Amino acid sequence: MTWSQTLHTAWSAVRTHVMRSSLTVLGILIGIAAVILTVGLGLGSQRDVSARIDSLGSNLLIVTPGSSTTGGIRGGFGSATTLTRADAEALASSTNAPDVKGVAPEKSTSLEIQNGSTNWTTTVTGTTASWLSVRNRTLSSGSFITDQDDTARNAVIVLGSDTATELFGTTNVVGQSVTISDVQFQVVGVLASAGSASGTSLDDLAVVPLSTEAETLVGGSSRSSVNRIYVEAASTGQLSAAYQEAQNTLLNLHGISSASSADFSIASQQSLVSTATAVAKTLTVLLTGIAALSLLVGGIGVMNIMLVSVTERTREIGLRKALGAPPWAIRRQFLAEASILGLSGGVLGAGLGVLAARTLPTLVGSTIVVSGAAIAASLVVAVGIGLVFGVYPATRAARLAPIDALRSE
Amino acid sequence: MADGTATRVAGRAAVIEAAAPVIELVGARKTYTTGSLEFEALRGVDLRIGAGEYVAVMGPSGSGKSTLMNILGCLDVLTEGTYRLAGEDVEELDEVELAAIRNRRIGFVFQQFHLLPSLPAWRNVELPLMYAGVRAVERRERAMLSLERVGLADRTANRPGEMSGGQQQRVAVARALVTDPALILADEPTGNLDSSSTDEVLGLFDELQAQGRTVVLITHEAEVAHHAHRVVHVRDGLVTVDEQVAR
Repeated sequence: MTWSQTLHTAWSAVRTHVMRSSLTVLGILIGIAAVILTVGLGLGSQRDVSARIDSLGSNLLIVTPGSSTTGGIRGGFGSATTLTRADAEALASSTNAPDVKGVAPEKSTSLEIQNGSTNWTTTVTGTTASWLSVRNRTLSSGSFITDQDDTARNAVIVLGSDTATELFGTTNVVGQSVTISDVQFQVVGVLASAGSASGTSLDDLAVVPLSTEAETLVGGSSRSSVNRIYVEAASTGQLSAAYQEAQNTLLNLHGISSASSADFSIASQQSLVSTATAVAKTLTVLLTGIAALSLLVGGIGVMNIMLVSVTERTREIGLRKALGAPPWAIRRQFLAEASILGLSGGVLGAGLGVLAARTLPTLVGSTIVVSGAAIAASLVVAVGIGLVFGVYPATRAARLAPIDALRSE
Repeated sequence: MADGTATRVAGRAAVIEAAAPVIELVGARKTYTTGSLEFEALRGVDLRIGAGEYVAVMGPSGSGKSTLMNILGCLDVLTEGTYRLAGEDVEELDEVELAAIRNRRIGFVFQQFHLLPSLPAWRNVELPLMYAGVRAVERRERAMLSLERVGLADRTANRPGEMSGGQQQRVAVARALVTDPALILADEPTGNLDSSSTDEVLGLFDELQAQGRTVVLITHEAEVAHHAHRVVHVRDGLVTVDEQVAR
């Protein structure tokens, strides 16, 4: 009995019971489609995360204040106000840090912005003119704050597109004025929309000169500190050099001898990306596990239907044996039947998965990446499931004694 | 009993002859065990059937004739004794070897026809050749030839459901013939047929015998057995009568 005969026989057996075979195939189909979709969704979200973080600039280092040690008691992370405007200026110096292209300190406070009777609470960030290029943002209208604004402590403000819309109902607001803490600010520009990252909108913010933020809006003892400093390396290749330079400069400036007791920390976008992808990966593994369970259920369906098929065709098996079919030929016939069910489920499931991957993103808005490798793997898995769950029924068929099988009704 | 002994003696003598018998059963015993119960279906049967013989095995139900048929058909093995089929010792063969023996040496015809309903007649007929590893072109050729021989040349593409009982049994006979076996073993081949179909099928067996085939027919109908040249009566697991029928 050659393979082509075996497959031919198995295929006609599958075709004879169209309804039953289709339902079994459906079980595998759903499992395969679910696996392809969840894996695709996982890969897609990983790609999304990387793309969003990349959009912030892959050459970026973020310096944040570390914990402070006061009287032997170590405060929590970020509790210190150890970073100052002077630190940012030192990092911007090309002698200290030749591999650094741009530096943008940020001092942020949540404040209420008013436009007449309309008010909106958002993050008001004080920074310098280099912020726009360092943060990789663009303006949709007007101009950004200038060094001169910073020096003169001008009351000028640049609004995020969402903030502008909340306050004015439009983004066409250059020349208008808003009030923060009784100080009137002139709107000089509106940022182009940048979407959201990690669930936070990048378009709901207001940017003012750092000196204005420090002196006019915050004041007090913490006026000289900043929340973080963005450091842009000249290129991706110079990132680690820039990291070293920034660390040395700040350690020198703060009079700290060893990096392990630094009162600040420097994170690269790279490390953020790897953290975020790790999270996405965990989620993918979890979801894929659940999808794989449905595949298992589909496999049990195959086994179930194959057992029914063996019972139903006991006489046929007996006859084939009487006519000279050795046990292995019978086993192979039923295994082929189970693999055909598995493969059909795999092919249709992959088709459905790909179709869903094409249509779902337009409805839901998340990226689904379906790779050729994933499709190939799922086909192999589908056939494998057919085989694994077909072994028991096939062996049972092969072991039937021909006399008993022939006599059965 | 006297007849049985006579046959045995004759059988021993025949072994020395040049032509080996198609069937040679010596001291055949078959015991079935169900739990602690033992049932002896065959209690020492000696049977020798030569090439070209047409033998009817008769006996009431429970006589052991079905067991005998299973043994002769290599569907079951003896508990004790020896069985030689066309000179080949069937004892101590494993399942795969038994399957090969059935495929090469025996053509089965069953009471319930046992045709696969989803396959057209010629596909049913070619089945044994598939397990013999014959190539597709030759299989089809031989299946067609075999169907022609049973007078169904115009029905090769019909499925069993589209044929009368007699026609179906003729397809089964064609299937039994297709491997050119040493032995045609028919188990109550007319049990499910009306009288005209019965005549049709029995006529076919007569023809096969005339062509030199060895036919063993298991039946409980005297009328059917009457077609054979030799009738073997089985009762309580023993051969009681073994006689040539005058024609």
